[in-house]
Amino acid sequence: MISDNLSTYLIISILLFSLGIYGMIRHRSFIGMLISGEFILNGASLNFMAFNKFLAPNPAVGQIFTLFIMGLAAAESAVIVSIVLMVYHRFHSIDPDKVHDLKH
Amino acid sequence: MIGYRLMTEAVFVVFIIFIFSGGLIAVNARYLMNALLGLALSLLGVAGLYFRLGSPFLALMQTLIYVGAVCVIIAFGIMVGPKSKYVEEKKPGRRNIVLASVAAAAGFMLLLVAIINTAWVPAGSRTGDFSVIYLGENLLKQFCLPFELISVLLLTAIVGALIIANIGREGNAP
Repeated sequence: MISDNLSTYLIISILLFSLGIYGMIRHRSFIGMLISGEFILNGASLNFMAFNKFLAPNPAVGQIFTLFIMGLAAAESAVIVSIVLMVYHRFHSIDPDKVHDLKH
Repeated sequence: MIGYRLMTEAVFVVFIIFIFSGGLIAVNARYLMNALLGLALSLLGVAGLYFRLGSPFLALMQTLIYVGAVCVIIAFGIMVGPKSKYVEEKKPGRRNIVLASVAAAAGFMLLLVAIINTAWVPAGSRTGDFSVIYLGENLLKQFCLPFELISVLLLTAIVGALIIANIGREGNAP
């Protein structure tokens, strides 16, 4: 059965990872890049959960690490959204190609 | 008994379909709100996989933190911008798409080869279980310091986000 197999989860997680990389290069706005970054983080946590279920000696460690990843993702997206708002007020655009001055 | 197994597999496949249909929407959508809804669908699918991996608590937390908090923060970020230009993206150029596909395919192939060529060996002896009680004991004994650090990090991030958003408003230049 496919849901009892470690490789299934690993392949799903690397698909999520490459989907995130694809989106991060393809999107033309900072918010789109943030959304794609969440996919990369989710691929990593799914990987941790799969190893935790099938390989790890202590099944609490992977779950705790996944909880930490979630906390980091929440903090990261709050900071990024506020930075994007600041960039929008300064440059009147969130296109990464147009925001290329460090000092404005 | 076999019926239950089949049903489990069917639900598993449905969750995988959630993940990848949501992911494709999020990656290819032109309007940021559609991309956000695709992200939410995909995260719900991942929560289903956590359920299958023996941790209903993590599935609940995934729904609560990712779908509940992170998606709402991003929705605020999308809706606070006043113009429609902010919501709709420019069409990406062909060069962008080709570059993105090549990078994603290269990363995928590299990791796939690494997965296939590794012999995964389970740990010899396994202690503990998947219950929330055991998880909480570990969180407050062995992982106490990271637990406290993450709370400090969240506090710092929230205060920092408020300060940065305040600097960005006109007339409040640092």
